Amino acid sequence: MKRRDAYGYLAAWCAPGALLDALRRLRTAGYRRIDAYTPYPLDELDVLLPARADHVRGWALIGGLLGGLGMLALEYYSAAIDYPIRVGGRPYASWPAFLPPALEMMFLFAALGAVLAMLVGNRLPRLHHPVFDAACFGRASQDLFVLVVRGRDPHYDAERLAALLAPLQPAHAQELAR
Amino acid sequence: MSGRDALAPHALIAPGQTPAAISAKVAGLALRPRGGRAWRLATLAALALTALLGVGIAVLLVRGVGIWGVNIPVAWAFAIADYVWWIAIGMAGTFISAALYLTRQPWRSPLSRYAESMTVFAVSVSGLFPILHLGRPWFFYWLAPYPDRMGVWPQWRSALTWDFFAILAYLLVSLMYWYVGLLPDLATLRDRAATRAKQVGYGLLALGWRGEARHWRRYRTLSLVLAGLAVPLVFSVHSMVALDFSEGLLPGWHSTLFPPFFVAGALFSGFAMALVLGVPLRRWFGLGDYIREIHLDRLAKMVLAAGLVVDYSYAAEIFMACYGGDRHELAALAARVGGAYAWVFWTVVGCNVVSIQALWWPRVRRCEAALFAIGVLVLAGMWLERFMLIVDSLYRGFLPSSTGLFHATFWDYAFLAGSVGLFLLLFLLFVRWLPVLSMFELRRLAAEEARA
Repeated sequence: MKRRDAYGYLAAWCAPGALLDALRRLRTAGYRRIDAYTPYPLDELDVLLPARADHVRGWALIGGLLGGLGMLALEYYSAAIDYPIRVGGRPYASWPAFLPPALEMMFLFAALGAVLAMLVGNRLPRLHHPVFDAACFGRASQDLFVLVVRGRDPHYDAERLAALLAPLQPAHAQELAR
Repeated sequence: MSGRDALAPHALIAPGQTPAAISAKVAGLALRPRGGRAWRLATLAALALTALLGVGIAVLLVRGVGIWGVNIPVAWAFAIADYVWWIAIGMAGTFISAALYLTRQPWRSPLSRYAESMTVFAVSVSGLFPILHLGRPWFFYWLAPYPDRMGVWPQWRSALTWDFFAILAYLLVSLMYWYVGLLPDLATLRDRAATRAKQVGYGLLALGWRGEARHWRRYRTLSLVLAGLAVPLVFSVHSMVALDFSEGLLPGWHSTLFPPFFVAGALFSGFAMALVLGVPLRRWFGLGDYIREIHLDRLAKMVLAAGLVVDYSYAAEIFMACYGGDRHELAALAARVGGAYAWVFWTVVGCNVVSIQALWWPRVRRCEAALFAIGVLVLAGMWLERFMLIVDSLYRGFLPSSTGLFHATFWDYAFLAGSVGLFLLLFLLFVRWLPVLSMFELRRLAAEEARA
């Protein structure tokens, strides 16, 4: 397969240690565009596969501020501007009483912001993806540890990769079409 | 101690568990082609009770809240007790999955999924009651602030409006937390499903989850953020429930003790429900390798700890009435321990104070039958406690002429039983179609235990 036709080269192992060894070897050989698919999060991958900021916290903050301040603004508008009623001499803008709903909406919108940031950042939902074409990939959500060197990597060469990873005895190895 | 637990009793997962074994066992439960006889019978019973609730709601919509025993002076009774009881049960689920996650307690892993499900279902059930109690439930959307032709807005200074927002936020946030937690496990079900229908169904629900390293990183940040939001959220929600009462001026309600007291009571009943659901789950589905005796033991300790805080609040209430010396408070106290509903108070003491003392013994904390029985007693005691708090303060007014007892009707009991049925139905559907344990967390736990 030509480089521009290939999504990447997939190799899979049955244990996390082998995947980490292979990843270190690939990085030493100069490969940078590598994805790792694991059945559970591995702490070591945070170091070995650096990523840009994930924005989840930021969107939680933005959502929280929008929800909380937006609710306060709505309460102020409705109780002090749009429909003011004098009840027992209480001020129209009774801000201590306005806090509980604002607090709840802050939590709700912060959570919403964070969830959306995760989904958008991970490009989900995406029901089809080239890695699903690999027959072994179904086990990546169970007990298989999968590496994919992307075709976009400047050093990409399937034959060279196969030779490089062969000593580590991957359980599966194949090239993926785009 | 049973045979399996005798081996490595302190391990949080039975020795020798591999990612493949965990996936096969838990996914196998969700993907089994038939539910089994016990499951079908339980579902039928739950369906029957849910149908009773449905009939009750229909009758309520036609004839109004008069079908319940509520009247003046006792205008709040079963429905509000049911509401507080259910939303409280939800709290412990959030606590187990969020607070114990933030405090890095790995023993929560096998408990978190079913506890979160318990939360989602309990909050869903609880949300029905304030709406049904409105009098004209079909106008419940008037509680939401939206520009309408009438030109009116919700009364922001009312605790009942706060409640609406609290329930709404709690329900939606726990739904999101639950669903996000399910994503990687739904992907496992998609990949293991044998039939096309299940592959497509679970595949759509899994949103195409692949478990890429950067995805996991965002996912873990999200779990932390959601857990960090969920913990203050549950405390605020249950404080809001308490404010429904303490904003009122009635003796027995008008107390600053109420918010923390309600939060402790919520954790207490929720942990009890986690035991009542966990013991049969472990036994019938053969999950003893994951939910081990050490987990039951820790849950029991949480029940005891929360229970002692509740007991302290009972003592503080009595102390404050005597120390404050207010005539109405003292009269309310005398009525509570010796009045028309004294039997409720003493049953509450029996369930919530006396029965949990057995949990000081390690042998009791490891005995399934005893834990189940204590859990049921605590749940009953906590329901009666809400009934006591509500009715005790209402049935005697400030004037002797405004005294009147509450008499429950058939429909009061029907709504209570029906809500239990609806909750059980949702829970049974969950154990049938979704993974009851968090598989990816257990894989990680197994890897960590193997390394240790």
